[in-house]
Amino acid sequence: MSQKILLSAKEIEIILHRLACQLIENHQKFEETVLVGIQPRGIFLAERIQKLLQEEYHIKEVKTGRLDITFYRDDFRRSTRPLEANKTKIDFLVENKRVVFIDDVLYTGRSIRSALTAIQSFGRPKTIELLTLIDRRFSRHLPIQPDYNGRKVDAINEEKVKVNWVENAGEDCVYLINQ
Amino acid sequence: MSELSVDHLLGIKYITKEDVDLIFKTADHFKEVINRPIKKVPSLRDITIANLFFENSTRTRLSFELAEKRLSADVVNFSAASSSVKKGETLIDTVNNILSMKVDMVVMRHPNPGAGVFLSQHVNASIVNAGDGAHEHPTQALLDSYSIRERLGEVTGKNIVIVGDILHSRVALSNIFALKLQGANVKVCGPKTLIPKHIEKLGVEVETNLRKALEWCDVANMLRVQNERMDISYFPSTREYVQQFGLTKDILDSLNKEITIMHPGPINRGVEITSEVADSDHAIILDQVQNGVAVRMAVIYLLASKIKQ
Repeated sequence: MSQKILLSAKEIEIILHRLACQLIENHQKFEETVLVGIQPRGIFLAERIQKLLQEEYHIKEVKTGRLDITFYRDDFRRSTRPLEANKTKIDFLVENKRVVFIDDVLYTGRSIRSALTAIQSFGRPKTIELLTLIDRRFSRHLPIQPDYNGRKVDAINEEKVKVNWVENAGEDCVYLINQ
Repeated sequence: MSELSVDHLLGIKYITKEDVDLIFKTADHFKEVINRPIKKVPSLRDITIANLFFENSTRTRLSFELAEKRLSADVVNFSAASSSVKKGETLIDTVNNILSMKVDMVVMRHPNPGAGVFLSQHVNASIVNAGDGAHEHPTQALLDSYSIRERLGEVTGKNIVIVGDILHSRVALSNIFALKLQGANVKVCGPKTLIPKHIEKLGVEVETNLRKALEWCDVANMLRVQNERMDISYFPSTREYVQQFGLTKDILDSLNKEITIMHPGPINRGVEITSEVADSDHAIILDQVQNGVAVRMAVIYLLASKIKQ
């Protein structure tokens, strides 16, 4: 097993600022916009972006929630993936809101497809956009593309992209792991 | 740990502490789901479940049916009163006929103890026991423990008394197994005629004085007097039972602490529990009903994940 660094802490910081600015360009004051981090790994990125928007770019309030997609996955009984769910925490209505899904890595697109179904339980959003840190662009199973993206990565299927955050692994870093 | 150790839920006797923890953890998520504006998830859209009720039930049957529908499973219902069972068909034949219509899971209530275990050995489907005679009613015990955990934070170390007709009660037996599994202290309380001999072997204590039992406990689970299962007279009169074992506001007020009151339903108001107590803030009877759907969703979801494609 070998691994190389795709993004360092410094690079991640620059990217986060760029993504925040791109969001501001489209959503201005975020009055009608809500951020939704996809469980389990998208929540760290969502909370970072929220913090950045509120503290560095002085946006008054950026509503942010967490969405778990376990019960909406299309591989129930088909894979050996653990079934364990995570917490969903969306304490606002998404009816007529502009929703931005946030996840760390976009790979096959199936998680996002599940999230599109799951969010319907909370109302009918006006629009849904997708923000990702890493886009593994040659691995898509479904016609899903990010609207805001940190870095495009050309990785083969045997390789794994791992995103570490200070909050869960003690460092900000993105690795490409060859198994 | 993300999988149950069993393929069927036949009784609490057959599952482990880890299974109970997993069911509760999963039920937490489903409880959140059923409080959303849209209370449904698509997980089980390719699963068909048959609810076979060979004995009357309203609450359990509705609760199971709602749980199944909220997981998007296809549901078929069957009740013995309107079926070919009356024409003399055997249990295995009835169930195999239903399974040949491609049913993946069977939820069964049956008057004979062990019916679920018997069926699981003879048919090829996942079986959930929804009550078998005076044997077990595992989902009721799970939702009772889940409700205690919700109210008091945990079950371990708590003092729980089960009051009433222990002899005929599957709820009592499953509850004893579930509570002991989680490390609670359990007493049973009722007329001696309605307490099975040798019940101490299950690790519970017997108390025949309701006041003493209430002074000891954190939670009192009041069972219904099951007149329909009593072939002989177990106590002189209902009036005498009420005087000795009926839970009233006066008794509760005279205790110097607050206890949580549970009842698996249906309530005989004025017999095992007065209306005043049943409708008070101490009672979590309706929470039990709501939690029942979440816990049954968790059980069905976890068992369904083990069904081979």
